[in-house]
This record gives sequence, structure tokens and C-alpha cells, in this order.
Amino acid sequence: MTDRQPSKFRVSRRQALVGISAGAATGLIACPSLILAQTPDAIRYGHLTPRTGFLGPLGEYGVMAVDLAVEEINAAGGVNGRKLEALKEDSVNPQTASTKAERMIERDKVACILGEISSASCLTISQVAARNKTLFVNTGGNSDALRGESCNRYMFHVEHQNSMYVKSCGRSLMAQGLVKGKKWFSLTADYAFGHDLLKVAKRFMEANGGQFAADKLVPTDATDFSALLIEIRAAKPDLVISNLAGNQITNFLKQYSEFGLTFPVAGFGFDTALAWAAGKDNFGGVWPCVWHHLIDTPETKKFVAAFTKKYGKPPENQAWGDYTAVKIMAQSMNELKSTDTAKILEYWEKGAKFDVMKTRPGYFRASDHQLMSEMYTITALPAAQVKNQWDLFTSSPPVPGPNEELEVIATQGDEAICKMS
Amino acid sequence: MLTLFIQQVLNGLLDGVYYLLIALGLSLIFSLGGIVNLAHGAFYAIGAYLTIVLAPHIGFGGAIIASPLLVALIGIVVERGLFQRFYRSDPILSLLLTFGLAMVAEQSLRMIFGAPPLSFSIPAALRGQIIFGEFIYSRYRALLLLIAAACVLGLWFLLQRTAFGRVVRAGVQNPDMVGALGISLQPYMMAVAGLGIGLAGLAGVLLAPIYSIHPAMGQEIITPAFVVVVIGGLGSFWGVVVAALMVGLVKGITIGLGYTQWSTAVIYLMMLLVLLFRPRGLFGERIQRFE
Repeated sequence: MTDRQPSKFRVSRRQALVGISAGAATGLIACPSLILAQTPDAIRYGHLTPRTGFLGPLGEYGVMAVDLAVEEINAAGGVNGRKLEALKEDSVNPQTASTKAERMIERDKVACILGEISSASCLTISQVAARNKTLFVNTGGNSDALRGESCNRYMFHVEHQNSMYVKSCGRSLMAQGLVKGKKWFSLTADYAFGHDLLKVAKRFMEANGGQFAADKLVPTDATDFSALLIEIRAAKPDLVISNLAGNQITNFLKQYSEFGLTFPVAGFGFDTALAWAAGKDNFGGVWPCVWHHLIDTPETKKFVAAFTKKYGKPPENQAWGDYTAVKIMAQSMNELKSTDTAKILEYWEKGAKFDVMKTRPGYFRASDHQLMSEMYTITALPAAQVKNQWDLFTSSPPVPGPNEELEVIATQGDEAICKMS
Repeated sequence: MLTLFIQQVLNGLLDGVYYLLIALGLSLIFSLGGIVNLAHGAFYAIGAYLTIVLAPHIGFGGAIIASPLLVALIGIVVERGLFQRFYRSDPILSLLLTFGLAMVAEQSLRMIFGAPPLSFSIPAALRGQIIFGEFIYSRYRALLLLIAAACVLGLWFLLQRTAFGRVVRAGVQNPDMVGALGISLQPYMMAVAGLGIGLAGLAGVLLAPIYSIHPAMGQEIITPAFVVVVIGGLGSFWGVVVAALMVGLVKGITIGLGYTQWSTAVIYLMMLLVLLFRPRGLFGERIQRFE
């Protein structure tokens, strides 16, 4: 080391600090992206979903599902006889998501945009899509506001809204006597999705005679819940409610079990991947689910088998969302023999039915473009009864029941008013 | 109410210990080599993933020893292969290098283990609670605390009371003088990198049972660790220790007072205040070559 110039070794603190900040900034904006080779006669879909950050692990399931769907569609003859191509990119954050949506529409001439998980990014993508009169099918953003005050003509929602999650799980909680006259302690992810979910949960509580002992907003990058667990222990609530998102749910469940708390747990936002990550020793509680791999229908069995064959693990609910969106879009284009946005939009608004792997077909509700389909409530199995790393829960029958309209679990009346522009 | 507040304060102090293991290594490598190691979080993630691989074969106890050693070994290879070329150059270069390294490591974990988070639980023997009067605490975290405290003391002893430590400290202050005395710093650099990176690996093993294990977990922890190093002062051992405890404490108090949503923002605010009023950090020494 002595043969080198010592003067070069003098590094100013200012330089070092600038360096640290620059590094941190680069970390925030840098992102891997994947763009497939483009062939001129193909029909292109744009797929945007977070692949990094706290929603990244869920986004990855979406990407796997899109690949599988595209493969199956092309094997079956493609869309209107043309090959289907998906341009997949990491949406990263709302700003990047809208920039990428813009580029996909203007430069890559995509027929539509699918995907997303973050409600905040859904909003920015939908604004770009509406401005360019391009369809955007939301496969993972739950916020009611997207179907209410922020709705727009060009955005459709395969993912179900927060109200549907709250009402499905709420029915199960009411049946267990955990609502009327009970005290809830809720933890809420501090961003658009969490705030919206908390609002809907509060409305549900007020309508059904429960009250909140406390509701805490948790920063999305918080990983340690010990301070909140101490508060929960002191508050002795009748029920602990998670309005958390992504990896937060896994961290929370692991630490909840670590602290040995025994108050019942339920949640209003949920993804099966997070239960799998928590593992059988830590997963507990009652959760709503838009779809899961144990649903007993032939289409679900077929999808689970194909996905497991390709990737070596079962699909989780986010995979269902993206797979279903790609399939619905391709099916509609084939049925209409066109990729024209106006035609598809009209077809969907008129109530075209689609197989969504559940007992009843689904359709888009014209008033807010929400896909109407059944939900499920899942309950964690005790660790001793768990046979493998995936089947950690039992499921309720479809909610609503066979004699009820699908609309009963969705927003009603003035709960979320959408004025399509 | 007061008991709850005291519990939160104590919990906050303990919470800070987890940043400590990461921040100490970060500070150590920066002090001696001037390397701003953005890949430090990635080594933490590798430690956690190694635990998942090793624990079924050698048990969690075995993994606590083996994973950090393997991570340290990777650290030594990285130091020999990469870091040593950047010791006397602009820190921007080492920053770009380690940033790239972090991305390569994260992507490799994603390719090998998949993007979805993996599960790993506290071994049955370590589950349960410790109760001291009003204060109830997780047994597992108490163990974590003991291990972390032992590491801090061990490291302090190594740096302050051994011949190895004297050379390292002299190297931090004046590498040229050490060179002039005929001591090659090379093996010391290698050992320090191995030690610092091994500590990150140890943090990975210890936190795997209570945090979500996913490829980007390193990014989650690296930012607070940098904040700790900046608050404590570059190059200061006790600065890092005090800053880590302070960060935990301030977070705990913020949550204890009911401002949970501010619990993350408050540590950045602390860093801002320190940078405004005492840019070298609370305990930062005036290291000539960094001024």
C-alpha cells in the first residue's frame, strides 16, 4: 500500500457526506426493469407493478402470473390471431409508475395497461391512461377512493375494493361475536391504502356497534413492532386489527407470536404470500381473501396446477389478479375481434361475464367499474394441524352466499360515489 | 400510564441494539478504509438466507456461529478482490462499487431463493416471555441483547486492549505513519472488513426469526444504520453505540407518546439536527484525513 500516492487518500467529510446522500438517492430511484423483445405484429400489453420495496414480493407473483397467462394465450392461438406480448416494468413508486405508463402508451403503443398493487400508483397510472384514452385494469390496488372520488372511465378493477374486504371479514367477525360492544386495537399502514382501509373499517364498526380502543398509523418502512405490541398488551383489546400492507403483515405476525400475545387477530388487508412468509408457527387470525389456492373449483385447480408446474410453488392471490386481468382482456378482444378501447369499455360496462375461477362468473359493475365476484374469509390453522408450508388455513364458503347478490359486500349508496368523467 | 411509558423507553433502548450490529461494522470499515459500504445491508440479508439454508442441518445454534463466519469469509473475498483497489481513491468510486455490489447481491438472492419472502421461526426452546415485575419481554430478544452486548464489549476489547487494535486505531488516524513504521496495513484491512461484514451477517441470523426475510431486506436496514453512523460520528466506536441506543430511545418515546406515524421520520430529524449543529457527529473525532 505504501507505493501509492498518500495525498489521494485525503477524503473530506463533506465529500463523504455528499457521497452517502448520493448513494441513498440512487438507491431510491434505481430499479431493475425488464423489456421483452418486440415483434411488430404482436399485440402488446403494458404491465406495471412494484417489484422492489415493501410490495415487491407480491408484485413478483403478478409478473409470474402474467408470463403464464401470455404463454397460455399464445399457445391457444393468441389474440385475434396475433401474438400477445407483455412489456413488464417495475413501477417503483407513483411518480415512476406514471412516467413508465406514459412511455408504454406513447412509445410502445400498448393496447392497454394492467397491473399495480399500490393504490397511490394506481391513481397516477389511471390519470395517464385516461388522458391518453387507454384502458388500465387495476389488479392489486384496494383503495375505495379509486372506485369513488378518484374513479375514471378508463380504469377497471379486478382487485376487490377495501369495502368488500372489510364486509367479508366483518361478517365472519360478527358471527364470532367480536364486533358489537367490543374494543378493537388497529394498526394501519400510513399511506393511501391504509388510510382508506381505516376509513372503511371505522364505518363498519360504527354501523355495527363496536369501538376502537386505539388506531395507530404505522410508517410503511417500519420493521419493528415491539413498541406497539407493548401498547396492545396494556390496552387489552377484544380484537387486534391489522390494516397493514405487504411485508409489514409478516413482521407483525412474527413478532406478535414472539411476544406471546393471545388477543384474537384479524385483518382487513391480506395476501397469502405474507401468511406463507410468517410460517405455521406464527400465522394466526381471520383474514379476508379475494382468491386463494385451495378454492374448490375446476378452474382454480387447473390454474394452481399450471402455476405450480412452472414455478414450483402455488400461486397466491396477487397472481390470480394479474392472471385474470390478462385473460379477461384477451378474451374480450377475441370476442369483439378488436382491440379498440371504446368497444372493450362498452362491452365491459354492459356487463359481459367472465370466468374468474370461482363458483359464479364475474362482471364489471357499470357504476364504478369494480369486478363483482365472490370473496372468502380464511382462518389460520393451529400449527399442529398444518400439513405443508402452503396450506396454513381453512376457508369459508364463498361470501356472499349463493342466494345473495354479489353487490351486497361492495360499496352501497353514498359509501363511495363515482362520477365518471 | 407511567409504567407503560417506562416500558416503551426501555424497549426503545433495546430496539437500538439491532441497529448497532450493522452500524458498528459500517463505521469500522469506513474508518479504516474510507469505504462507504452500501452493500453492508446485503451482507445482513445473506446472513439471514444462510440461516434458512443451514438451520435445518446444524440447528439454529449452529447457524448463529456458522452463518456470520461464512459471511465474514465472503467479506474477506470482497475486500481482497474489490475494496482494496479503492482505499486511496475518491469515496464516490467505492460508493458506486458497493451500490452495484448491493444490487448484484440482492438480485442473486432473488434468483436463488425467489422474490417472495421465506419463513423462519424462533426455535421452540427460545420462545416465551421473561417477566421482571411490570416489565414483560420476549425471551428471544433478551438473548439477542446478550449476544449484541457481548459483541460490543468484545469489539471494544479488541480495538482498545490488543496489539491488533492499536495498529487498527493508528491506521485510522494516520495510515502513512503506520506504513512508515514498516507495518503493512493490508492484513488489518482484511481482518477489519471480515469482522465488520461478519457482524452484519450475525445481525442477519439474529433477526431472521422476527423479521420478514426477503431479498431487499438489506435495503430496509441500511438506511437507519447510516443514520446511526452519521449521528454518532464517523470513526467513533462509542459514538455509534450511543447513537444506536439514542435512535431506539427516541423512536420508543415517540411511539410511547402516541405519535407512532412519526416514529421513522423522527430519526431522520435527529440526523438533520446533528448535521446542522455538529456536522462531525456527536462523538466524531477530528480525523485529519476526513477534514
